[in-house]
Amino acid sequence: MDALLLPLIVFCPLLAAGILFVSAGRMPARASCMIGAGSVGLSALLAGRLAASFLAAPLPAGTLHMALWSWMRVEGFSTRIAFALDPLSLVMMLVVTGVGFLILLYACGYMHDDPDIARFFGCMTLFVAAMLVLVFSSDLLSLYIGWEGVGICSYLLIGFWHTDTANVVAARKAFIVTRIGDAAMLCGLLLLATQASTLDIAALLHIVATGPAQLLPATAAFLLLGGAAAKSAQVPLQTWLPDAMAGPTPVSALIHAATMVTAGVYLIARLHPLFMAVPVAMKAVALVGLITLLLAAGSALVQTDIKRILAYSTMSQIGYMFLALGSGAWQAAIFHLVTHAFFKALLFMAAGAVILRVHHRQDIYQMGGLAPAMPVVFSAFLAGAAALAGLPLLTAGFYSKEMILQGAWHANPLLWAGALLGAFATAIYIFRCVFIVFLGTRHTEPTGRTGATMAIPLACLAILALAGGWMEMPDTIAPVHLLSHLLSPLFGTATAEGPSWLLWAGSLVPLAGVGVAWLLWRPRTQARTAPEDAIARLARTGWGFDTLYDTLLVRPFITLGRLNQSDLCDRLSDATAATTRAGSRMLSRMQSGQVRRYAGWIAAGTVVALCLGIRP
Amino acid sequence: MIALPALILLPATGGLTAWLSDRGRQASSLSWWVAITTILLQALLLLFITCTAEWGHGPWLAHFSTPWIPALGIAARMDMDGLSLVMLWLTTLLSFPCVILSARDVGEQPGLFHLLLLATIAGINGVFLATDLFLFFFFWELMLVPMYVLILQWGHEDRRRAAIKFFLFTQGSGLLMLVAILGLVILHQHATGIVTFDYFVLADTPLMPTTAMVLMLGFFVAFAVKLPVVPLHVWLPDTHTQAPTAGSVLLAGILLKTGGYGLIRFVALLFPEAAARFAPVALALGVAGILYGAWLSLAQDDMKRLIAYSSVSHLGFVLLGIFSGSPMGMRGAVVQMVAHGLSTGALFVIAGSLQDRLHTRDMRRMGGLWQALPHLSSVGLFFAIASLGLPGMGNFVGEFLTLLATWRVSPPMAILGTAGLVLSAVYSLTMVGRAFLGPPHAGQGTIHTPPPADFGPRQMTVLSLTMALLLLLGTYPQPVLDLSLPAPAHATPQPEGLHP
Amino acid sequence: MSTPSPTEALLLASILFATGLLGVLARRNLLLMLMSIEIMLNAAALAFIAAGARWHAAQGQVMFLMILSLAAAEAAVGLAIILRLHAAGRPTLDADTGNRLKG
Repeated sequence: MDALLLPLIVFCPLLAAGILFVSAGRMPARASCMIGAGSVGLSALLAGRLAASFLAAPLPAGTLHMALWSWMRVEGFSTRIAFALDPLSLVMMLVVTGVGFLILLYACGYMHDDPDIARFFGCMTLFVAAMLVLVFSSDLLSLYIGWEGVGICSYLLIGFWHTDTANVVAARKAFIVTRIGDAAMLCGLLLLATQASTLDIAALLHIVATGPAQLLPATAAFLLLGGAAAKSAQVPLQTWLPDAMAGPTPVSALIHAATMVTAGVYLIARLHPLFMAVPVAMKAVALVGLITLLLAAGSALVQTDIKRILAYSTMSQIGYMFLALGSGAWQAAIFHLVTHAFFKALLFMAAGAVILRVHHRQDIYQMGGLAPAMPVVFSAFLAGAAALAGLPLLTAGFYSKEMILQGAWHANPLLWAGALLGAFATAIYIFRCVFIVFLGTRHTEPTGRTGATMAIPLACLAILALAGGWMEMPDTIAPVHLLSHLLSPLFGTATAEGPSWLLWAGSLVPLAGVGVAWLLWRPRTQARTAPEDAIARLARTGWGFDTLYDTLLVRPFITLGRLNQSDLCDRLSDATAATTRAGSRMLSRMQSGQVRRYAGWIAAGTVVALCLGIRP
Repeated sequence: MIALPALILLPATGGLTAWLSDRGRQASSLSWWVAITTILLQALLLLFITCTAEWGHGPWLAHFSTPWIPALGIAARMDMDGLSLVMLWLTTLLSFPCVILSARDVGEQPGLFHLLLLATIAGINGVFLATDLFLFFFFWELMLVPMYVLILQWGHEDRRRAAIKFFLFTQGSGLLMLVAILGLVILHQHATGIVTFDYFVLADTPLMPTTAMVLMLGFFVAFAVKLPVVPLHVWLPDTHTQAPTAGSVLLAGILLKTGGYGLIRFVALLFPEAAARFAPVALALGVAGILYGAWLSLAQDDMKRLIAYSSVSHLGFVLLGIFSGSPMGMRGAVVQMVAHGLSTGALFVIAGSLQDRLHTRDMRRMGGLWQALPHLSSVGLFFAIASLGLPGMGNFVGEFLTLLATWRVSPPMAILGTAGLVLSAVYSLTMVGRAFLGPPHAGQGTIHTPPPADFGPRQMTVLSLTMALLLLLGTYPQPVLDLSLPAPAHATPQPEGLHP
Repeated sequence: MSTPSPTEALLLASILFATGLLGVLARRNLLLMLMSIEIMLNAAALAFIAAGARWHAAQGQVMFLMILSLAAAEAAVGLAIILRLHAAGRPTLDADTGNRLKG
């Protein structure tokens, strides 16, 4: 019974997507909303039911298997479409369906007057289905279906408002950059499939655990890391995420904050024995995370577009997760994934509500003083910001970040120091945003009001962003370890906690960050222009990665292609044809139709023939 | 089984009937009805063949043989294995969009048009069935000539040049194959004293390695031109661009597949040792095709040229799979051929429809078509996504299996092939972005003052079925995978009704 | 008067042939070209006669008779063509304008 629920949870949004696409906009907007949000809501209910029964009576094996059908079966390789539910995918399932349902509910309000709402909900539900496939798959190749499926949904949704060329270009860039990572991942899959003749995750990990140490896991781990880094917008394939903000705000909340971008984290956590077998790969994961979290935090400090601030902050927070993964603190990474899904979705949705009220402006310097006009949105945003900054005790972000800092300390104090610096910057940039947008003098008069369909999800997520962290606490505060306990069959018990001054440092640094932000951007002394020195400009453009890739790769490739547009090989064959034609034209000149000249040729030919005949 | 030659005679007679029914009449759709009936009957016939085939009696499923020119050992011999069956089904399925969508509105002489179309289909069916080398060559030429006339008569602005180019390349390479066939027959006669063109007998000809290589290359070049393999692909973009829509669909969907089929049946199986020695070169050519095709596809402004170069890229995978030397690669190559036939065929339908509506193929003069043509654009988006190899669609299964098979032989080649997947995303999405998305093109109001008609129910039904097939192939490819392994040339079947 | 040796006869034949050839090549008048062709034919016939006399074979004279009839036929056809051309409204005998005949 429970096993049947797994495909059913995927099937609900999939069916909804099918209906919405086939209806092709002939349904009223309200019906599209209901089908879209309702199907995901139904999935969430089923997921809750499944989670309840899973937690109430844990299976002896710890995993619920559901093999659907054999996908490919050929000599030396076979793969199945197979789902499995273990604690990790359980957590992911709840996040995807729960947060997904809230965001879709919010989208009903956000998108209600868009003429293409059926297409929007079609893509969103398809995305949820693909994400669930990604999460449930117990076979890497069927995971890859979901992996690419979420990518294509992200493409469709970033370019949702397709009449604007910038959106289309941003969507294409997002897909292509992630596709580069996907290609690396596919190479990793090919390598693993060649060595193991299967891509079943359990079987693979068994082979890795028992097989002799060799080059295989190392190469495979690095290739998979490439895929994970691209999907999760980590250095060096991070350039697509800020541009992806061109999509509607619910899309940013669902895909580019809560779920899809964390797929890389999920993948590495899912394959953690493979990565643990290769210490170098672990170091690389941690390093990638650290670099990304610092660079992205630096960029977020100087952005002026509210959604881009959140986008860089997402990159930075996923950097934390990678750091945790690389430090071996698997529970911490998943914990942060969950809390991040809560507070970042909340921040995006609150930002979306603000954007709607100020006539689709996104520049924070054109907002200001909005708190009195929209108290609900302000409190929601504040809750999200507090959680993102990790203000101590009260917020979910504090507990998850604290866990990551502990893990980093155990792995390498340098990582810990970098993460702490990142936490400081996080508090500064998000409260800069809060102070500039909601306090100070008003620059744009807000209109309208935020409806219930948008306010209720905001409220729910605000509660989760604050209280969601209480499922896992450091022993110093309270010995609550719900999440680590749940995940322990997979990851083993968490490492012991470090000295308590670590906790103090982790609590005080965000507070200090908020203080600095207050000093710089409090209503009185607020600077209402963005800093304009060279470093700020470099940081605002994402440290020049875009320009670098553009000049080094994209531009030469396109230019050379353009030069060769008419195909060199084709030119060669055309040249052959031209030579032949010229030759024939020359010979055809002999055939002038003049009898006397023919006679001359005959005579000359005879003479030559006679000469040749006589010569020997 | 008498049904095998019927599969060839049926479209041929149907075509003749269509031609006769429309003679002397103008603007009559009678021939169209005859054509549609013919392909329906063909589908039923194939269904009958599939059901009555000798399942479980070894790899060969149906046989037919009757002497033709006994003095030269030529027989009208046809045998069907799983590979032939898959390709025949692909042909039959793709005939429907060809006839239903593209041939309906053909201008002058619809009867002749349908005759040529059905004659080409008859030739293709023959190619997939013939196991007598002479008969094979006969059908090989048979499918070429009507296609040439189709392009010449109903093509676009530069059709003469394109048609001649098409004819020269395919005919010239076909002659090389003829030489190779004759060489093989003569060597067999020298060795055994028997003159025969029988595929199974010739497969056992004892050959020196060098001779085998030379003969194999003769076959290889003919099929490589057809597939096409870089650098012999140059006829393809011109031909596709200039051919009428039905011609493009037929070309991309099936005609190119005869090249892949030939490579499997007459290169890899007839000369296994020579093919194995040639494999590194062929793999390199395959990878070159994947990358070069994708790269040039990216640079095109003409939509049909873009799709044509993308075909070059996709069929590079077929070459990889065939020469990876493992059954897995072979199966992957077949799936890739089927998936490419469906997706690229549909893309050509879309490009052709756009040309009918906008009177241009130039993507610089398109843009923002989604508002005016939402159905057409969304279908175009779907097939573009299928062609970039999204998992869950048929193309991915083919590409994955060929790459996996290639990885076993040579990981660097497989990595380069995977890079082709990135490029395929680039050109597919560029095409979608330039044609369907973005702001409407400034000059569009003047190009088509009455807004162009979107796809109606007829087009949507046919294309939805194509989509469903692609999705089915992508999620449950096992039937095709099981069928697609070609029967070995040495497992000589016992033909029924062989006259003494 | 002594009988000419075959060498002398062949020499004469070659001179005649060369004259005829020169005539065909150099003259533009169709009639004169026909006459030159006759000369060439006769040169060939003379060579046959000489050869026949040299080896006392009858074939030489047989060939001569055949060439004679050939020449007559050739002249008849040639003259007929010229007359047809004239009847078709072509008032010239210039051979070099012959390549402008169309249809």
